[in-house]
Amino acid sequence: MSTRPAAGAPPTRPATQGRARRRESLAALGMVSPAVFLLLLFFVVPVVLAFALAFTNARLVSPVPAQFTGLQNFRTLLDDPLFYKSLRNTFYFAAVVVPLQGGLALVLALLVNAKVKGVNFFRTVYFIPVVTSMVVVSILWTFMYQKAGLVNELISHLTFGLVHGPDWLNNPSTSMPAIILMSVWQGVGFHMIIWLAGLQTIPQDLYEAADIDGATRWVRFRYVTWPGLRTTRTFVLITITIAAFSLFAQVSVMTQGGPLDSTTTVVYQAVQTGYAQQQTGYASAISLVFFVLVLAVSLVQRFLTREKG
Amino acid sequence: MSSIAALAAAALVAGCGGGGSTGSSGADGNTLTLWTHNAGNAAEYGVVKQVVKDFNASQSTYKVKIQAFPQGSYNDSVVAAASARKLPCLLDVDGPNVPNWAWGGYLAPLDLSKGQVAVKDQLPSTVGTYQNKTYASGFYDVALTLYSRKSVLKKYDIRVPTLDKPWTKAEFTDALAKIKAGGTFKNALDLGTGDPGEWWPYAYSPMLQSFGGDLIDRSTYKTAKGALNGDKAVEWGKWFRSLVTKGDAPQKSSKSPGDDFRNGKTAIQWDGSWSAQANIDKFGSDLAILPPVDFGNGPKIGGASWQWAMSSTCSNKAGAQAYLNFSRQTKYFVDFAKATGTIPATDAAAQQVKGYETGGQFNIFLKEAQKFAVVRPVTPAYPYISTVFSKTAMDILAGADVKGALDQAVSQIDNNLSTSNYATGS
Repeated sequence: MSTRPAAGAPPTRPATQGRARRRESLAALGMVSPAVFLLLLFFVVPVVLAFALAFTNARLVSPVPAQFTGLQNFRTLLDDPLFYKSLRNTFYFAAVVVPLQGGLALVLALLVNAKVKGVNFFRTVYFIPVVTSMVVVSILWTFMYQKAGLVNELISHLTFGLVHGPDWLNNPSTSMPAIILMSVWQGVGFHMIIWLAGLQTIPQDLYEAADIDGATRWVRFRYVTWPGLRTTRTFVLITITIAAFSLFAQVSVMTQGGPLDSTTTVVYQAVQTGYAQQQTGYASAISLVFFVLVLAVSLVQRFLTREKG
Repeated sequence: MSSIAALAAAALVAGCGGGGSTGSSGADGNTLTLWTHNAGNAAEYGVVKQVVKDFNASQSTYKVKIQAFPQGSYNDSVVAAASARKLPCLLDVDGPNVPNWAWGGYLAPLDLSKGQVAVKDQLPSTVGTYQNKTYASGFYDVALTLYSRKSVLKKYDIRVPTLDKPWTKAEFTDALAKIKAGGTFKNALDLGTGDPGEWWPYAYSPMLQSFGGDLIDRSTYKTAKGALNGDKAVEWGKWFRSLVTKGDAPQKSSKSPGDDFRNGKTAIQWDGSWSAQANIDKFGSDLAILPPVDFGNGPKIGGASWQWAMSSTCSNKAGAQAYLNFSRQTKYFVDFAKATGTIPATDAAAQQVKGYETGGQFNIFLKEAQKFAVVRPVTPAYPYISTVFSKTAMDILAGADVKGALDQAVSQIDNNLSTSNYATGS
C-alpha cells in the first residue's frame, strides 16, 4: 500500500485500481481452481457420465463398444421386481430412520446441553459410534445379532428366559428393523452435535425472560427452543433423509440384500449391478432414477420447511 | 456455468476416445511388468518373487518387475487398467474369470509348448481355456471335501465313505439324522454359509451338479433353461432348504466355520483342502477326510484357482512368453503347492510335496481334483451367472419357493446371455 503513487493523481487511479482488482480475481481464481478441478473430475464428470451411460448398453468388461439403446434400460427397470423391492425397502428405511434418529438426537442434545459436571463425557460417549467406521460397526453388530449373540442373550436375561430372540439378520421380518436400529445407534451422535450447535445459538436471555414469566419446562421448549431451532431442523431433516436414502454399507456387510430381498436397497442394487454383474449402463439407469427421486424428496422437504411469511 | 458444461463434455469425449486408442504397454523395452494378487499373502508372494528372480538371473535379455496388489482390490485394478489400456504384460487371474477377460480382450492366447512341464500333464482345471485357446495356466488347484472325525462316525455307526464308494444321498441324510439325534453337536453339518461371494457357486453348484442340474446348459452355453430350473435342480433346491428346516445345518454359519469344526461344535464340515493342515494339527489321525456325497450324478467339486496369463496389449509378447515358459518347471509347481497348502497341478510335483504323494494323507485331494472336478461354466457370462446363483441359493436357504426362485434365475441369466452379444465378442 505504501508503494502506491500519491493519492493526488486522479488519472492513474482507476487504472491502478482496476489492475489490482484483476490481480486479486486472478489470485482468487488460482486459489479456487484446485477445488474446482477436483469437483469437476470427481463429481461433475461422473455425474455427466452416469447420465450418458444410462442410455447405453455399456458393460464393465466388453470387447464391443457401448451402443446407444435409448430408453431400453428404463423399460427393463420398470419390469424389474428387484427394483421395486429395493425402492420399497429404501423408503421404509428412510421413513423410520428420519423421525427416529432426528427425534432421538434432539432428546440427547437437550440432555447433554445441561450445565452439569461431566457432560463432555456423555457427549463423547454418544459421538464415539459416529467416528467408528460403518464397516467395523456393521461387523460388530453382525456378531451381536447372531442367534446366540449378545442381543438375544440380553433379551433372554432381562425376561428371565421367557423370550428367545429371533435370528435377527436371517429372518425377513426382523432383518430390516435390525439394520434400522443399528444405523440409528451409529448415526444419532452426529445429529446430536448439530442439534447441540443449534441449541447454543438460542439467546440465553430468552430463557431468562421465560423464567421470569414463570414458564414451565414444556412451555419453554415449545415457545423458545423449538422456534429457535428452525434452520437447524431443516438441515437435520434433509441430511438424515439423504443419508437414509443412500443406505449401502450396512446392507453390503451384514445381509447382502437378503434374506429374500428384505434388505436390498436402491444403492445396493446399483452397486451390485454395476460391479458384480458388470452392467454399467443398467446400473447408471438405476442411479439416474434414484437421483431424480432423492432430488424430488429434497425439494418437497425444502418446500414444506421454507420460510413462510 | 456453460463453461463448466463445456469442460465436462470435453472431458467426457476425451475419456471415451481414450479407450479406443491402439496403445500397447505393459513393458518398457525388455523390462516387463508383472501383476499379482498376492500382496498380503506372504507365502505365495515369496514363490512369485523367487520365480521372477530366477528368471531374471537365467538370461540377460528380459527383466521382469513385480507389482503386488491386495486380493480384495486386484480384479478392480485389472478392470480399471484394462479400460485405460495400461495392463501389465504378465498378470494372474482367478480361473473362472478367464473366459470373461479373454472375451473382453484383456488376455492374449498362450503357446505353452516350450516349458519343461507339458500342458497335458496338468490337472485340466488348472488350464484356463476359452474357445479352444489357452489363455492361462496355474500351478495348483484346491479341492472341496467333507471333514469329520473317525471317532464320531464310529460312535454313531456311520459307514466311512471312500473315493470309490462315496455316501449316497440316503446314507448322508441318515448320517445327519443320527448325529442330530445324538445331541452332542450344535451343527450336524456346516456348509460355511456365512461367507458371501464366489464361495457360493464354488461350494454349492457342485452339489447341484451332483443332483444332475447345472448352472447353464453346457451343450450350447446359450441358456440356463432346464439346467438350472429342471426337475433335478428343483430337487437340489428342496434338499438344500431342508437342511435348514430339519435343523441339520445353520442357515447362516459363523464367520469361522473351520474353528467351529475344530472346537467340536460341528460334526461334518463342507470345506476346502486349504483347511486340511489345521484340521490335522488339531485331530491328528482321528481326522476323516471324506469324498463329497454322490447325490445321483456322481460326486462333484469345483475346479480352477489362480492362474497366470499374458495381456493382449503387452508390447513384448516374446518376453512374456519366455517368462511363462520358464516358470513351467516342476520345482515351481512344488514350491507353490508347499507354500500355499494346495494341490500341485502335476503328478510329478505331487510326488515331491509331503502329504500329496501316492499314499499320502492329502493324496485324496489330488484324486478328487482328477476325478470329480467340474470347472465353472466357461463363458464370459460367468461373473453374472455367479452373482445370480449366489443370490438364488441364499434365497432358497432363506425359504423362497424353490421352483419360482430358479425360474427367475434362469430368466435373468438368459436375458443377460441374449443381450450381451457374447458371441460377437471373441
